[in-house]
Amino acid sequence: MKYVIIGNSIAAAGCIEGIRKIDNENEIIVISQEPYHIYSRPLISYWLSGKINEEKIYYRPWDYYEKYRVKPILGRKVERVDFDKKKLYLDNNDEIYYDKLLIATGGKPFIPNILGLAKKNVFTFIKFDDVKAIDKAICPGAKAVVVGGGLSGLKAAEALIKRGCEVTVIELAERILGSILDDEGAKLVQNELEKYGIKFVLKNSVIEILGEERVEKIKLQTQEEIPADLVIFSIGVVPNVDIFKDTPLKINRGIIVNTKMETNIPDVYAAGDVVEAFDLILEEKRVIPILPNAYIQGEVAGINMAGGDFEYEGSFPINSIGFFDIHMMTGGIVNPKEDCEVLKRLERDRKIYRKICLKDGRILGFIFINSFDRTGMIVDLMKNKVDVSGFKERLLLDNFGFLDLPKEVRREKIWRV
Amino acid sequence: MLVKTKKRIYPKEEVCIGCHLCEIYCVLAHSGTRDLIKAFKKKDRPSPRVIVEEKEGVHVTFALQCRHCDDPLCIKACITGAMHRDEKTGAILCDEEKCVGCWSCILVCPYGAIRRGENKKVASKCDLCIEKGDPICVQNCPNSALELVEV
Repeated sequence: MKYVIIGNSIAAAGCIEGIRKIDNENEIIVISQEPYHIYSRPLISYWLSGKINEEKIYYRPWDYYEKYRVKPILGRKVERVDFDKKKLYLDNNDEIYYDKLLIATGGKPFIPNILGLAKKNVFTFIKFDDVKAIDKAICPGAKAVVVGGGLSGLKAAEALIKRGCEVTVIELAERILGSILDDEGAKLVQNELEKYGIKFVLKNSVIEILGEERVEKIKLQTQEEIPADLVIFSIGVVPNVDIFKDTPLKINRGIIVNTKMETNIPDVYAAGDVVEAFDLILEEKRVIPILPNAYIQGEVAGINMAGGDFEYEGSFPINSIGFFDIHMMTGGIVNPKEDCEVLKRLERDRKIYRKICLKDGRILGFIFINSFDRTGMIVDLMKNKVDVSGFKERLLLDNFGFLDLPKEVRREKIWRV
Repeated sequence: MLVKTKKRIYPKEEVCIGCHLCEIYCVLAHSGTRDLIKAFKKKDRPSPRVIVEEKEGVHVTFALQCRHCDDPLCIKACITGAMHRDEKTGAILCDEEKCVGCWSCILVCPYGAIRRGENKKVASKCDLCIEKGDPICVQNCPNSALELVEV
């Protein structure tokens, strides 16, 4: 039995650790285009800001591969997969056979097709190499334009401010963090970020990058020009499925998998940001590119690849993210389109905001800004579709806890483990 | 490579008197000193790793620590690899040198058992006092409202 994993990030770790729960013997090969020991992509902004050194970006200890008996093939690209022959073809002409394959190729940055992209100092913000390149290009006072006011764009902006750059964020939508916040929450966060010096241009987009060899200016949709020494694109990620385009692998937006993380091809599994998984709240399949999901899916795949029997129960988007001294947690549906009950608590002076969306007594989603202790209990109530009608007002309080749950529920919960 | 939790602390809400001594002894045990006054005067005083559940107008109280789950979501959600299982004892521990305080563990812990460190911005959670014998909170509960169970 030979296990092969394409990708060397969180889903790969989940898979390795899943396989080793069952099979301690057989070889695992991990192939990645990146040359690095397994590292954590969410930490690149921490590295760029100077909060952590290179040592801390690595997700598992140095002896990880050895201990889990993994043979890493790093800095090599898989160019083609022949699913009939069960073979991978690498960019150095090596061929690798697999018995069980995990596709964990993650996401790749989406970049709009505009003029001037090839100029020097145009970056994306996903990989370790991205921030290493940005690190070399910046100095205090450098003018940075970040395209995209989402989670990673704002983490990039925060890191650049901490490094002394002047930062302008360009966002197409009418508010920042559109996927995780509502108008009220976005306003609150934007106000805070502006205090730290980030400038925002909303409802606008970059149509051209101007300059000789390197970036000098960017041109907006509104024809306005903004001087820039560097531009970072962080509009979003799309599943990285390029090498599977002309294969029988079934792909919608992401790779389609069943609850065992099996694709439509025998012995081929997929996990992480590259797949479409079941959203428990929307009750449909979609790409949910969040870290815990990648690990859990990878682990489910690994256990099944090793002959176990384990199912992925589905999930929904959840995020914990902070900028400077503002921190927020959000989950599920936060801007409901359909009729539902919305509970809110806003304390402007303390910059606290809590919002809960409910339908038929069940929590559909939440936004917690600067008040998020014990959020996991609320995520758990959502996951288990618990009827919270009896204590819904308590969900808005900073000190929500087990005594807010009915006695039987909390006893069952605490004593069942 | 399948390690599971071996010990877990269970609360008895019928006998908990809500005195918070478990929190105080927990702070002391993790402060690096045996002197209570010194421990509480420390600038980097650790946060209690146990939570006393209380609610205004309700007489019930009980103390809750990390459940050291068999299938721990905190480890799966940790973005740094700081959250891990101790291979010998099976306890779930946070490597505070590695933790960056992103609070992803707080986002997923179904027990709300992980706290934000107040003085050190890292995840603060029960380590079962693995280096010190039986958990200090259990040892010092004046009404035996905490029980250590081998599982």
